[in-house]
Amino acid sequence: MSTQPTSTILDVRNLTTRFNTLDGIVHAVNGVSFTLDEGETLAVVGESGCGKSVTMLSILQMIPQPPGKITDGQALFFDGLATRDLLALSKSDIRHVRGREIGIIFQDPLTSLNPVLTIGLQISESLVEHMGLSENQAHKRTVELLDMVGMPDAQKRYNNYPHQFSGGMRQRVMIAIAIACLPKILIADEPTTALDVTVQAQIVDLVSKLRDELGVAVIWITHDLGVVAGIADRVMVMYGGQVVERALVDELYEHPQHPYTNGLLGALPKLYESESRRLVSIEGTPPDLYIEPKHCQFAYRCTFAFERCWEEIPQLFEVGKRHKVACFYDIENGRPRHVP
Amino acid sequence: MSQTSLPVDQVSGLLIDEEQTLRHRLTYFGRLLWRDKSGMLGLLLFFILIFSAIFAPWIAPHDPLEQNLRFNKKPPAWAAGGSWDYPLGTDNLGRDTLSRIIYGSRVSLTVGIFGVLIASGIGMLIGLISGYIGGRLDNAVTALINLILSLPYLLFVVVIAAILGRSLLNVILIFGITDSPIFARTTRGEVLRIRESGYVESAISIGASRRRIIFDHILPNLLGPLITVATFEMSAMIFYEAGLGFLGLSVPPSVPSWGNMLSNGRQYLTSAPWICTFPGLAIMFASLGMNLVGDWLRDVLDPRLRRVKK
Repeated sequence: MSTQPTSTILDVRNLTTRFNTLDGIVHAVNGVSFTLDEGETLAVVGESGCGKSVTMLSILQMIPQPPGKITDGQALFFDGLATRDLLALSKSDIRHVRGREIGIIFQDPLTSLNPVLTIGLQISESLVEHMGLSENQAHKRTVELLDMVGMPDAQKRYNNYPHQFSGGMRQRVMIAIAIACLPKILIADEPTTALDVTVQAQIVDLVSKLRDELGVAVIWITHDLGVVAGIADRVMVMYGGQVVERALVDELYEHPQHPYTNGLLGALPKLYESESRRLVSIEGTPPDLYIEPKHCQFAYRCTFAFERCWEEIPQLFEVGKRHKVACFYDIENGRPRHVP
Repeated sequence: MSQTSLPVDQVSGLLIDEEQTLRHRLTYFGRLLWRDKSGMLGLLLFFILIFSAIFAPWIAPHDPLEQNLRFNKKPPAWAAGGSWDYPLGTDNLGRDTLSRIIYGSRVSLTVGIFGVLIASGIGMLIGLISGYIGGRLDNAVTALINLILSLPYLLFVVVIAAILGRSLLNVILIFGITDSPIFARTTRGEVLRIRESGYVESAISIGASRRRIIFDHILPNLLGPLITVATFEMSAMIFYEAGLGFLGLSVPPSVPSWGNMLSNGRQYLTSAPWICTFPGLAIMFASLGMNLVGDWLRDVLDPRLRRVKK
């Protein structure tokens, strides 16, 4: 599915993001750590409000501050020459990372394009801003990019406005904008959620194709485990602003170690099943992020929770090759785990 | 995905992506205009106003200042005692009403255009900065805007006019400054909405500078609503200028303006009603035209409305 990863280009350590609201502090991201290798696809999975998007927006310093605040952590970005902590960059420095080194595709292509500007202008914008291309060069490059993302009649479509495109085509435009400067990392924030299923598949294929052609590393944020299986090399499962499990994709599907991951997989319909079964849902509701986490966030909903789960926060713990889980209970053997 | 994907504009039936020559564009806008009859009427009135303001010396039958007491208070041509020498009659000093209305359009149009330019320039800048930066600055600006808007507008204008004296420049400045809060408020509201939109977020995500976001992404989205406000304000200014003229606070009495004509004809309302009626009608049609143009422009400038409307 992909080449052997060569080196790490993003190393996020203990990222913590809070929002100070009138109702109290929202603990949106609580000590998230992960790495991303060159050219690989990392899927970030979790239900709504688990901190997937806030994690990624924090890395680019794109959360509104105030009320948001990144209280702790580092996001080390290696661009081949030097290592920079993205969280420590000044406003003007991070601006040259956005779009140039790290591109983002947002969830809703309907609102993410400016209705009064032609799509050609919107794509060439970052080329002019970051690559210093002249308008003519940018125009040429934009047409190439439109071709690359599978836009028919790219030359003619350059002067069209967003409302003249379907949802899928607009998402292609968004992808063209995100990859315009050939970034090292492409963050896809639930890019298929607003699209219908056939178009979803096209977009997934397109991003895989671009990843292979351009060698860009992809962080694919989603709540759809079905999409993950097709595209990802590794999966990171988040819950309540924390990473609860991280593994290679096949390993995760075959040996889920966290009760939450297990529950997610149980809630997935399967095509070839010998017996019909009811889909299993995970009882309960997502955790209240106003409360500072002092114990396992999943304990409220976990059928395996025991004393220790209510006393301390489990840390990520190596359970197999490139497989880490943050849980005190060994669900495969049905007993508590010996975790330091 | 090949033939059907060629975008054909549903309004004009033209291929949108055909090389957009000037002729194509004109045909396109011509068709847009043809569909909207009230917009056409508005533009027609607007062009008449502009035409008469520019070519006043050539189309006016008489010198607007020329007095001829022998022919004073002559009724319009179609009424008993009227003649085609003075199509809309004469005033108490025997000046030709039609010529004065034609020249008067110069004052109205100048006040309207420059007043709006000044007001929108100041207002847009303040609104953009205050809306985009937000925080305390925004609170202060909003408070100031509300303070100015809560003053009784006409009284405010009258006081300033009385202090500054009578001249065209003063009237323009007064309208330009006192009207700018309306533009600032509209701009600020729109900026607040647009600032939170997905496309501003995606512009931030590709590393666009603050200047680029404000001027390339936010400003073009403001033009639709602001042009609407501008035309309405322009018609209001023409109205208020006439009002000030009526009160004797606008341009000096020697200058033919619609307001001065109203004020002058007031005393003869019963004996020679045409002295007031025709400048009154001129004010009404100028205002109406501007409002219709505003509505039409708003539809045309928004690429989305352009297609969905009927």
